[in-house]
Amino acid sequence: MAVIPWIALIIPAALAGISLTLPKASVVRHTPLIAAAALLGCGLLLVVRQPDGLTAAGGLLRIDALTAYLLLTVGAVAVVATGGATTTSANGRFSALMCLFLASMTLAVLADNLGVLWVAIEATTITTAFLVAHGGGRHGLEAAWKYVVLGSVGVAIAFLGIVLVFAATGEDPTLSWAALTTRAHLTDSARIGLALAVLGLATKAGLAPMHSWLPDAHSQAPAQVSGLMSGVLLSVAFVGILRLKTISDHALGVPLMRTMLSVVGLLSLAVAAALVLTQRNYKRLLAYSSIEHMGILAIGAAIGGPLATGAVLLHILGHGLAKAGLFVVAGRTLSATGTHAIADVHGLLVRRPSLGRPWLLGITALLGFPPFGLILTEIAIFVAGYQRGFTVVTSLALLLLLIVFAGLSRHVLAMTLTRPGTPEDEMGVDPASGGQRLVVLGAFIAVAMLPLLAWPLSSAVQAAVAALGGMP
Amino acid sequence: MTPITAQVLATAAGALLLTAVLLLWRRSISGGVALLGLQGLALAGLAVATTPDGELELYALAALLALGKGVVIPFLVLRTAATVGDAGQARAMVNPTVGMLLAAAFTTIAFLVARPLVTASTRPTAAAIPVGLAVVLIGFLVLTSRTHALSQIVGFVMVDNGIGATALLSTGGLPAIIELGVLFDVVLVVLVLLVLTRRIRDSFTSIDVHELRELRD
Repeated sequence: MAVIPWIALIIPAALAGISLTLPKASVVRHTPLIAAAALLGCGLLLVVRQPDGLTAAGGLLRIDALTAYLLLTVGAVAVVATGGATTTSANGRFSALMCLFLASMTLAVLADNLGVLWVAIEATTITTAFLVAHGGGRHGLEAAWKYVVLGSVGVAIAFLGIVLVFAATGEDPTLSWAALTTRAHLTDSARIGLALAVLGLATKAGLAPMHSWLPDAHSQAPAQVSGLMSGVLLSVAFVGILRLKTISDHALGVPLMRTMLSVVGLLSLAVAAALVLTQRNYKRLLAYSSIEHMGILAIGAAIGGPLATGAVLLHILGHGLAKAGLFVVAGRTLSATGTHAIADVHGLLVRRPSLGRPWLLGITALLGFPPFGLILTEIAIFVAGYQRGFTVVTSLALLLLLIVFAGLSRHVLAMTLTRPGTPEDEMGVDPASGGQRLVVLGAFIAVAMLPLLAWPLSSAVQAAVAALGGMP
Repeated sequence: MTPITAQVLATAAGALLLTAVLLLWRRSISGGVALLGLQGLALAGLAVATTPDGELELYALAALLALGKGVVIPFLVLRTAATVGDAGQARAMVNPTVGMLLAAAFTTIAFLVARPLVTASTRPTAAAIPVGLAVVLIGFLVLTSRTHALSQIVGFVMVDNGIGATALLSTGGLPAIIELGVLFDVVLVVLVLLVLTRRIRDSFTSIDVHELRELRD
């Protein structure tokens, strides 16, 4: 078992090497998908075997139930994003960066040492910088610049926080998460350190008020990159926040993180609500929906307890699959219509059913209509909120969610169900192959089956909640 | 702490703060980059002064810091400055006088904020922790008040230098492998930003980041 973390790290890195050295080989088009499948396999194996507290690399890496579940999520979302997207412009460097991006997310998931976690999160910014700018011209460059500057400055704040946490460990200094969660006494600097670290990671998790880079980067990047960034990179950073919360809850009491997460959660929902309503670009629409879902996760984490925490973890998987699938469909729609503008896309369901159907289906999943699983995780979070006495926060969140719901449905109905306004021949063809369409459909079916999947996954999710100390 | 290390420590900490303040003053990119290199060397000096005797790998780490932040990063920024043009375009939104006043205010704030840290620490170097925090704050000021792409990169490296100094003074430095990873990441981020700067210059004909305003809701 101890070899699995190494496999999960080495396979994507090796595939990146292959992509760079043999840029002309036909396999290079598929190296990101192979890496994603390998991660999915490692994740499945770990979820089934559930090794707890397995360490590697002298304690720098550690596998617990949360790591296993998260590796499964990264693999599954990456398979959807890389397998579903139509890679017209694939080349050696692009594939290599995609593989390295997957490797750095894997390292962030496996890291036990907070310093390694930081290095891995910063590496995700470095590897995705050129992916965001890929083929996007001036807009791509502008998005990439803002992304790298704001992303690395935000993460620098997290680094200052981690330094202060390290200083707070006193006589026996450690940055190991497993060791820090058993420390009941940290000196004063831990409070400001943990707060700064969470604020810094919130930048990468796309939580307001640190989100300003996100709509630009996620809307300009190619489909498979936005799918991965929105679907799973945000969540990887968010789970970093959950880990810091466990340290903080244990040493400093629950209120600090509960207040911070409630505030950023509500703020994120408010930002999403305001900008979804007036949105004119459908890829940005998806980006703001990601901010909304990160807000839901933050509120779920603030509520805490086994029900809300379990729901948060399931929500990460469900949202990741739905969002990756939707970004892939949005990318196909863009190449068929040549426009980002919601106002210029009409009657998609009649004119291009192969785009209109998955688009409508995916948005339905994202909005949390039955039978899709996101309704269950959202209800679980809100029920837990009322049960645990967070009446004001939960009610405000529900209200904001309703606004996002109305805004998203209005735009999507306008794109799919309206009468075609322009002649048929002005719209290009859907570039996707049958297999690529199947991958997206499979992702949406998996989200629909989330309530059923919750049963085989339940022991994995419960173990992951336990690994977080039950999140009081 | 021997008298010599105490002197190295005081000199390095003073040089860190002084270069930060001068960076706020200097408008030209090449002058700023030279100061940034000096600041990197001062940080390496701090790493030497906080190293316990006989820990060879930490001296190696300090040498790498000097190489990375004192030589490699300034060299890379200067090389890009030569191609995209320095041309006194470093438009600052804060004039130097206001900048100096803000720097003084930030340094005072750093001393106030760091008080619990200083009193809680048993390290002899703890008294200088506020210097690290002041450099972080002044770095943020450079980052937010300059609109030239290269000035923003300089500000980012300053912030990182300040955090590095805080780590050295309050803990004697993070574990060597982490420090190495952090240094590697920072060099790569600078490299990525420099490549983006060149591309921005090619497609926007300007490297004023305030010109980057085509994406909006």
